[in-house]
Formats: sequence, structure tokens, C-alpha cells
Amino acid sequence: MNASHAVILVDSTSHALRIEKLFQASGLACKLIPVPRHLSSDCGVCVRCNSTDLPLIHQVLDDARAPYHSIEIL
Amino acid sequence: MMSGLPVPSSRTKDGAIYLDNAATSWPKPPGVAAAIVQFLEQSAANPGRSGHRMSVEAARMVYQAREEIASLFGAPDPLRVIFGQNITDAINLVLHGFLHPGDHVVTSSMEHNAVMRPLRVLESKGVSVTCVPCSPDGRLDPQQIEDAIQPKTRLIVLTHASNVCGTMLPIRLAGEIAHRHQIYLLVDAAQTAGVFPIHMEQDSIDFLAFTGHKSLYGPTGTGGLVLGTRVDHELLAPIRQGGTGSRSEHETQPGFLPDRYESGTPNSVGLAGLLAAIRWISSMGVEAIRSHEVNLCNRLLVGLAEIPGITIYGTQSASQQTATIGFNIRGVSPSTAALQLDEEFGILCRVGLHCAPAAHHTIGTFPEGCIRFGLGVFNTMDDIDQALFAIRQIAREVQ
Repeated sequence: MNASHAVILVDSTSHALRIEKLFQASGLACKLIPVPRHLSSDCGVCVRCNSTDLPLIHQVLDDARAPYHSIEIL
Repeated sequence: MMSGLPVPSSRTKDGAIYLDNAATSWPKPPGVAAAIVQFLEQSAANPGRSGHRMSVEAARMVYQAREEIASLFGAPDPLRVIFGQNITDAINLVLHGFLHPGDHVVTSSMEHNAVMRPLRVLESKGVSVTCVPCSPDGRLDPQQIEDAIQPKTRLIVLTHASNVCGTMLPIRLAGEIAHRHQIYLLVDAAQTAGVFPIHMEQDSIDFLAFTGHKSLYGPTGTGGLVLGTRVDHELLAPIRQGGTGSRSEHETQPGFLPDRYESGTPNSVGLAGLLAAIRWISSMGVEAIRSHEVNLCNRLLVGLAEIPGITIYGTQSASQQTATIGFNIRGVSPSTAALQLDEEFGILCRVGLHCAPAAHHTIGTFPEGCIRFGLGVFNTMDDIDQALFAIRQIAREVQ
């Protein structure tokens, strides 16, 4: 599998922005993008990262107890 | 206190002195108007509704405002900062969303109608209210708060400081009492946010209601509620529902924070100004702002006390009150004095009952009310001296 991106689905844009700040502070590259339609029917944004960063992504989210819905691999 | 920075003038275009900061602060700090214009011109898309870069940029600014509000008030989680129209909106959310028929509420006799009017509506729906009497100078004995607690008491609601005479209420002690009895504390910080240190954790505040346009020095139409860590938001029902930009596939209100309480497009333009104002407050320091206002307040209190025929309400001690001074001139009605102050002396203030009939009953000025000088951080000692000169003249005319 040639997965290049992990997408963190969140309930709220505010949650995405919190994650963006956490990732920036941890040196994790990320971008807020519209939620891909095949992942959710929501009209908001999600956080896209490099899938190779998944271990650190999990660690940062867990350490901060940041709310998120799920992590999907694109 | 503001050497090295451009200081906005407390004089209007036609030279009048603004002493109505307890209603709305003016002028605003440097950078507030510019932040509003910059946001409007560059990033004013709908925050949190679309995924494009401009919408995300707008949402980023709103989130930054959440973070800085949380930091200013010692709240650990910016997602528990809920923005609304103003503090009245926030107080209504707590009172209508948290209380149920059969619940009992303890409050004080110094409250603003932002608290009393929703409580009177709730009384008609089966919520009982105990209004603990304060002393004629507006002080509240915390023991009386504790004595008023009943088995059905769920909430203590207190203003942090009187909007009529500036007297501070003992919110930290009230918070300790609330937590000891496993009930909750709502603080109305309309008159203190930004000018007094507030730390929700250390002050045991469960609900902190704030407004942006007074001592936070932001624009009107901004304000909100910060939920303390003890509050389970499942227990606080939203009082309006609608679009949030999230969970759009559902016709039911989302349950997560802050969206649960933030239906409809927020006042992002105003929040851009509020963010700039909070950054200015942080750069100046709350203690430095307070220190300047204490000096102004002290000069005014000392000067008023020397004028024959003046009655000052409240503690008459600058260190024990906000820089809001309520007083009357013997033989002159407040409304007559206000007109004279405006037209003859160029002093802008507020007189009457200040939306706080309970407080005026407490200090003995109902129904006539009083004159209120609301000082702000941009007032100067010369402003105070000019105001004292005006009061001296008016008082002399009737003696």
C-alpha cells in the first residue's frame, strides 16, 4: 500500500484548530482541508498529515487529550 | 503607565471627557480598530463553515481568541470558551440552561438586571431565589451566602463588582462555599474582566460570564461564557439551536464543545477586535491597568469628599472597589446633573438606575438613582480634575 496521508476527522473546526496548534508545537506537518466526501458527509474541515508521522500523531493527541473522531488513511 | 506607546485620548472630537467606561469603554486600545479593518478586508469569510483557506483563516482567528480568553482567566481548556453576543447572553445561557423547576438559587442584592430579570422569569417557572441583602455600601457577608444555602440550592450567582458603586463582592470565598456544598458558582465579571486578576481554578469559578466591550476594551457585540472544569456540559442545555458548521447531516444539535452553544455565524469581526484588545491587556498587564485606575479612583474619591453636599456611595476606598464611583449632589437630581455635566462642562457619564434597581435599593438611592463616573485606563489625572471642577461648580450653585 502506498499510503501517503493520514486524515484526522474531528467533530468541530475548533477541534481541528486545536490539533493544528498541537502539531505545530510538536513540529508535525499538517494542513486543514475539507473533509473528503467518501470519509464523512460533514461539511467541515479535517487535519491532513503524513501517514509516516502516525506514531507521533497518536502520542501528541493522547498526551493533550485532544478530542477527535477517528484517524483515516488516504 | 503607558510611556512609549501611543495613548488614545479620552477626549471626544469636540473635547468632551468620556467617563462612561462602566457602560462601554472608550477609547479602545491601539490596534483594535486596525485589527477589525484588517480582518474585514482580508479574512472575513465565515469561520468554521467552509473548508477553503479564507474560512480556515477566519476560524483560526476565532480559535486564537478562545485561547487568549482562556489564558487570561486561568481556564485550562479553550474549547470551554463559548462566544455569544455579550454577557447578558452568557448569563441567560447558564440560568435558563442549567436551572430547573424546584432548584434554588442564591444571589445578592447588588445584581444587575442581566441576572435579576432571567431569575424573575425562572421564579415564575418554579425556581426559587434567595437574594442575600448587602450592606448600604454594597458589601456582601459571605457567611450570609452560606446561611442561605438549602438542600435544593444548585447555584450561587454573584456579580464580581457592582456596576453602580464599584464595590467588590467576595467571589473567591463564595466559590469555596459553593464547592464545599457541592453546588456551582456563576460570576458576572462585566465590571472586572481585564482589570482584576481572575483565575477560574484558583477562584473556584464554575461559570464565568464576560463581556468584551467594557474592561476588556473590545468592541460591542462580543462576550461569552467560560465553563469551569467541574461543569459537565451535559447538564447545561443550549438555549438556542441551529447551524454550527459541524454534523450537518443531523437535524439535532451537536453535543460537543463549543458547537453545542454556538449556533449561527459568530461576530468574527468583533472577535478580531476583542483579540487585539486582549493582547493589548496582556502586554500592559492587568495589575498595571488596575494600578492606574486605583490612582484615578483615589483622586476622584478624595476630591469628591472635599466638596460640600456630595454623598458618595460604596466603599469610598479605591483599593476595595472598581474605578466606578456612584454619588449624588444634594439638591440636584441626577438627570439634571447629567445634562449640566454634558452641556456646560463636557463630561459624559451615566445617571439613573444603571439597570440595577436591586443595587439602588441596597444603597438607598431608589428610585432617583445616582450619578456614575466610570473611569477607564485612558483617563488622566487632568480628566479627574476637570470632572471635580464641574461637580464643585454644580454643587456650589445650589448651596
